[in-house]
Amino acid sequence: MTRCVGMLLLTIVLVAGPAHAGPGSRILATGGASPIEGGSGGGLSPWATITGYASSGETGFTAFATHVSVADFGLTTAGAAVGWHDRVEASFARQRLQVDPLDMTLEQHVYGVKVRVLGSLLYTPWPQVSVGAQHKRHRDFALPAALGARDDSGTDVYLSASRLWFAAVAGRNLFANVTARRTRAVETGLLGFGGDRNGHRTVLETSLAVFLTDRWVVGYEYRQKPDLLDSVRERDWQDAFIAYFPSKRVSVVAARVNLDEIANLPGQDGWYLSMQVAW
Amino acid sequence: MSARAGACARGALLLVVLSVALGACAVQPRGDRLYHELGGGPGIERLVDAFLLRLAADERVVDSFADTDIEAFRQRLIEQFCELSGGPCEYGGRSMLEAHHGLGIDDAQFNALVEDLILALADVDAPWGARNRLLGLLAPMHRDIVKR
Repeated sequence: MTRCVGMLLLTIVLVAGPAHAGPGSRILATGGASPIEGGSGGGLSPWATITGYASSGETGFTAFATHVSVADFGLTTAGAAVGWHDRVEASFARQRLQVDPLDMTLEQHVYGVKVRVLGSLLYTPWPQVSVGAQHKRHRDFALPAALGARDDSGTDVYLSASRLWFAAVAGRNLFANVTARRTRAVETGLLGFGGDRNGHRTVLETSLAVFLTDRWVVGYEYRQKPDLLDSVRERDWQDAFIAYFPSKRVSVVAARVNLDEIANLPGQDGWYLSMQVAW
Repeated sequence: MSARAGACARGALLLVVLSVALGACAVQPRGDRLYHELGGGPGIERLVDAFLLRLAADERVVDSFADTDIEAFRQRLIEQFCELSGGPCEYGGRSMLEAHHGLGIDDAQFNALVEDLILALADVDAPWGARNRLLGLLAPMHRDIVKR
C-alpha cells in the first residue's frame, strides 16, 4: 500500500512537469511502452524503438511495472531501461509468475540489449530497424525441469522493424512493428529453455496500432511461440491494447490478453495493466 | 414533437449537413485539401506565428535563430507550408539542403523543431488529419536538414 501511494505521488510530480525539457527531445510516445520482457515495445513484444526519449547526444531512462492476470496465472514484472542517443538500449526486467493451481511462484530475470541499425521511425521512408538480444535466467527451475525443459537460461536474439505512416487511417497515424525472434524459450522462458525439440525456433511477432490523438493509441499484437515440449503444448499469444501518454514522463497501457493455453490449462484470458515512467 | 420525430429530424439534418460537407469536398480540387484544412492563407499565417512563438520560447533551439532575419524566415515558412499543402503559392527560398548547410543541426534539435510545430498545430486547433498530413509532408526533410 505504501509503495502504491509512493508510486502515485511520484506520478503526480512527474506529470506536473513541463511539456518539454525533461526526458529527452524525441516526440511523445516514440519510446513505446515496456513489454513484459523489458526494454521498449508493445505489451508482449519488443519493437525497433529505443526506450525513453533520448535523441542524439542525450541519455534517457525508463522504469516500469506490469501486471498480467489470466485465469490460472498472474505475471508481475518490473524493470528499468536506459536509452542512449536513440541508438542503444540496455534493459533489465524481473518477472514473477504466480501459478495459482500449485500455489507456487516462478521467477525469471531478463537482461536485454538492443541497437538501432537503420532508419528512423518518423523521418525515413524505410522502417527503423533494430537488432536485440534477451538473456534470460530462470531462478526456480524445478517445475520447468519436471515438465521437460533442458536449461535454466537461454538467449533470444531478434530483428525488429518499426514504421509510422502519417495520416494513414482517417487522418490518423498508423504504426506497425514486426519482430522475428530466434528462441528456445518455453513460455518466454518462464517454463525453461529447450526441450523435446531442442533447437532454436524462429517466431514472428507483430503489432499494429493507430494514434487516435498524439496521446491515445489503440492497437493489437500477435506473438507466435515455439512449441518445444511434449508434456505441455505452447500456444500463440495476442492482445488488444489502449495506451495513454499524458506526458513524456508517464504512460499507462491497459489490454485485454488472450494467452490461450498454458501448461495444459486452457482459457487463459484476462487483463494486462502497465505503467511506465521516463526521465 | 415526439422523441421519435425529433430523432428523425436530427437524422435528416445530419444527412443534409453530411451531403453538403461531402459535396464541398468533392468540389474542391483534391490537391489543395490540406491547404483548406489548415484554414487557407490566414490559417497558415496563424500557424506559422504560433510556431515562431513556440520556437522563441524553446531554449533548446532559440539560439540557432540568433542571426536569423525573423520576418524573412516567417515569409519563407508561410510560402513553404502553403505550397506543400497545395495552396496557390510558390516557395521562393533556398532548398532545405542549402538553407541548413553548415548549421550543424542534430537529431535532438530537429526533434525539438517538430515538437514545437506539433504544439503550434494544437495552439491553432488544426484538425487531426491536417496535423498529421502536414507532419507527414515535412518529415522527409530530416534528410536535408540534419547534419550527417
